Amino acid sequence: MEHADKKTAITEDLVRYVARLARLSLKEEDLVKFRGQLSQILEYIAQLGEVDTEGTLPTTHVLTSMKNVFREDEPAEPLPTEEALSNAPARKDGFFKVPKIIEDA
Amino acid sequence: MEDISSSISDFKRWLEERKEPLADTARALTDRIAVIDKKIKAFACLDSKNVIKRAQNLDKAGRRGLLRGVPIAIKNNICIKGELTTCASHVLEGFRPPYNATVIEKLEKEKALIIGGANMDEFAFGSSCETSYYGPTHNPWDTGRIPGGSSGGSAAAVAAGEVVAALGSDTGGSIRQPASMCGVVGLKPTYGRVSRYGLIAFASSLDQIGPITRNVSDCASILEVISGYDEKDSTSVNRSVPRYTESLNKDIKGLTIGIPSEYFPPGIDAGVKSRIDGAIDVFKKLGARTTRISLPHTKYAVSCYYIIAPAEASSNLARYDGVHYGYRSGKAVSLIEMYIATRNEGFGEEAKRRILLGTYSLSSGYYEEYYLKAQKVRTKISDDFREAFKSCDCILTPTSPTTAFKIGERTDDPLKMYLSDIFTIPANLAGLPAVSIPCGMGENDLPVGLQLMASPFNEETLIKAAHAFERATDHHKMFSGQKKSG
Amino acid sequence: MNGKYETVIGLEVHLQLSTKTKAFCGCSLIFGAEPNTEVCPVCLGLPGVLPVLNRKAFEYAIKVAIALDCDIQKTVKFDRKNYYYPDLPKNYQISQYDMPLAYNGKVTITAEDGGLKDIGITRAHMEEDAGKLIHDERAPFSYVDLNRTGTPLLEIVSEPDLRTPEEAYTYLTTIKQIIKYLDVSDCNMEEGSLRCDANISLRKKGEKKFGSKVEIKNLNSFKAVRDALGFEQERQREALDSGEEIIQETRLWDEKKMVTLSMRRKEEAQDYRYFPEPDLVPFEVSASLVEEVRASMPEGPQKKQKRFSETYKLSAKDVEALVSERDIADFYEETLGHFNKPQVVCNWIKGEIMRHIKERSAGVKALGISAHDLAELIKMVDSGVISGLSGKEVLTASIETGKAPGVIVREKALEQVSDEGALNSAVDEVIKENEKGANDFRGGKANALAFLVGQVMKKTKGKANPKLAGEMLRKRLEA
Repeated sequence: MEHADKKTAITEDLVRYVARLARLSLKEEDLVKFRGQLSQILEYIAQLGEVDTEGTLPTTHVLTSMKNVFREDEPAEPLPTEEALSNAPARKDGFFKVPKIIEDA
Repeated sequence: MEDISSSISDFKRWLEERKEPLADTARALTDRIAVIDKKIKAFACLDSKNVIKRAQNLDKAGRRGLLRGVPIAIKNNICIKGELTTCASHVLEGFRPPYNATVIEKLEKEKALIIGGANMDEFAFGSSCETSYYGPTHNPWDTGRIPGGSSGGSAAAVAAGEVVAALGSDTGGSIRQPASMCGVVGLKPTYGRVSRYGLIAFASSLDQIGPITRNVSDCASILEVISGYDEKDSTSVNRSVPRYTESLNKDIKGLTIGIPSEYFPPGIDAGVKSRIDGAIDVFKKLGARTTRISLPHTKYAVSCYYIIAPAEASSNLARYDGVHYGYRSGKAVSLIEMYIATRNEGFGEEAKRRILLGTYSLSSGYYEEYYLKAQKVRTKISDDFREAFKSCDCILTPTSPTTAFKIGERTDDPLKMYLSDIFTIPANLAGLPAVSIPCGMGENDLPVGLQLMASPFNEETLIKAAHAFERATDHHKMFSGQKKSG
Repeated sequence: MNGKYETVIGLEVHLQLSTKTKAFCGCSLIFGAEPNTEVCPVCLGLPGVLPVLNRKAFEYAIKVAIALDCDIQKTVKFDRKNYYYPDLPKNYQISQYDMPLAYNGKVTITAEDGGLKDIGITRAHMEEDAGKLIHDERAPFSYVDLNRTGTPLLEIVSEPDLRTPEEAYTYLTTIKQIIKYLDVSDCNMEEGSLRCDANISLRKKGEKKFGSKVEIKNLNSFKAVRDALGFEQERQREALDSGEEIIQETRLWDEKKMVTLSMRRKEEAQDYRYFPEPDLVPFEVSASLVEEVRASMPEGPQKKQKRFSETYKLSAKDVEALVSERDIADFYEETLGHFNKPQVVCNWIKGEIMRHIKERSAGVKALGISAHDLAELIKMVDSGVISGLSGKEVLTASIETGKAPGVIVREKALEQVSDEGALNSAVDEVIKENEKGANDFRGGKANALAFLVGQVMKKTKGKANPKLAGEMLRKRLEA
């Protein structure tokens, strides 16, 4: 997978690759439209490159004071199976049912 | 339409006078909502039967409760046990959570009448409430215009007098901006002040639930009820909840208000600018002093946000795949086909756009340049505020550069849509509490909102300042129901 | 493996921690429960839920890190590993990417030549387990059970320091012993609380660069690991000898055919899009916490082995047996506290006690005999009050009935007859009844005495003191 000129345009191939990672698949006309919109957005976002972040730590948590939040190892009531499966699009006995993974030839 | 919901106390009085079981009141309220919603569509999926059933249970439960019988609309991304909670998305069609969000438990404890299903942008992606699978909500002040987003339904329901208050969620301005567009009060708490357990996640490091009300007192009351440490939310802060109502009716002499130059760029509507200038004068008359401050990294906030938020969202939305809940495409033969067809058919365009953007900025080869870089710029934005709060108690800005735009006006220009969040996004990036309050009418007789921001866990300062302003003005008394709809 | 290639092996072990509840929610960990009965909104990955870390799981992970001599991260953070699979309801796994909890450790194993060898531990990190997927044999469906989802795991990655399949096997048994001592995991491959993937490559002897790495999955026992590595080593050697290139790939071990098989489907390089988990705040591991955990840990097997050797002067094999399980080692020392003859007590534990443990498939504690009582029994045999044979009988009875050995000896009147007078008639009778045996002994056959002693034991129903009987027989026959 080739990476286009990172600073601006994003190629259709890259959009297809990213879509696959996200389990989406785009029709040709959508692919073109998204590519255009994403390019425009990324071009705008590229301005972040102007900011000098040498020595700046990334914010992974905006609450810098919160640390070591635990729960104790004590059992809690589980959800009854009926409720756990209540929203399942397909089920069999006590299981969620899904189509089988079919290997690529 | 009679205005019965101008405040919690007015509503309680009205309730008292009716001397009827809450179940009957609930029936009347839901009928009323149905009538108003023909024009407004604040609710995506209103289950009247359920509301009446809740009221019946409240009748049996006794008279105690700070919010007893008070109708509160709940944004459709906050889980209510057994009720349709779909984030206004086709991909979560039919989903009824088997559990309550913590904020719902808290409201129920105070005996509020919970009315679920307030419309929103799909998965909270939007600033106009136009991406909802159920169709857009209309601004009560002009039904040809957007109510703001993503908590558009919540804000419209309050502004149209359908409910007394509402809960919304705010990731980049989604409580404040619609509050501003609809002429009501909307507050985003400090990150970690209110539990996120049960809030269907958009961007985990930015999301907060907050109240949307007709006035600041009600805002303070509801904030008191929903705030607090939750052991089910590792990011909620273990810090006692102040009595926010004690910050009402306070003198603000000597309060220092910072005015950041970056929030008054040339592109703001003239009407917005003049209302804000007028508001600054009111604050001065009340004894506050203003000072010019600078938040130099403001212009990078939208870029920063539009990397971090979609990145986290792309991961949070991965679970919508037709396996365990929600919509499943009927077309698929193999598992991977099912994943793809379900997500293709289930998600709307904006959701797909954000998922693609987010996936891209996290993907191998792009992480450092995008996600990591954005998190560093985010630190710089937080630092700007930390520095600014050394010389002021709170910061005043417009909530939005414009008043409500027309439905359909920006849907073809995602970037322009994103830029409407320019004033609200920084508070989410820095985790600060922020409130929008009505400060008069702008162009086309549409509400203008004023934003106040404070340092972390300083909601009291916001309440104090906002309430002082409200007492000195009449803007909160405006009611869209009295306006001839345009 | 001799010849021109050097084998390079690294192992990845996934350990299920034996906490009461899952890593991020309060669901219980129950092996073999009915499908989807130990689940809650959090481990189901329902919309709106959030994880909260199990303190015990964190402490267990730190224990393992200390036991494996690792450096421990001062600030621990979690990351999301994003990929799609039906047994992973959020379609991301909460794991650790660039800053694992533990790193830079080592484990000392006994190499094939008997010497000691250090195997490096690259990293050990915490993550949550996925659920189980069952495939329908006849219909095109699969079934998902999420009971196991959210189980706390520790992934331990070794440096590629192993050089033979046998070493890999030893590494696994050593790791298992160390971790079982800590009581933080059942380490049972058959039950799934320990899983192992192996990586193997070959390179010409003297070559510094690594060859193409092959990953082997579907290994269900330590033996399978050794067998699979042995097979793969041969396969790669043959391929390289015939000039073929080794493809870097994942292969599955087929236990029935005893071969590794290439996976048919095309493997896409996975892009996991790791980023820090925003729903969990950082965890600080202070030096004092590490000390607190270290102080709460029992003496490790390797240290205990050294101490037993030096203090009790037992053979290496004896020590190995005693130290194999912490409970056995503790029981040994407790018994010594009541009767201080290290070799004698060792023999009893290695012999009879281990036999009972094996027969009953129970641990030493479950046998129900206290160290005090065992010491009492051993003392009785050692001082001649009862015979060795009786001792074994008494032990069995004590385990089965729960009665003290002393009580059983009295009830069954098993006291050895150590009085010469009482044995006189038995000895005389035996000599009379066993002329051939008596003559054999007089004729110089030493083991004829043992036979005669056996006859005395028979005659006295095992009660004779065999040493005394032997002396008496010898005296009479030599007279």
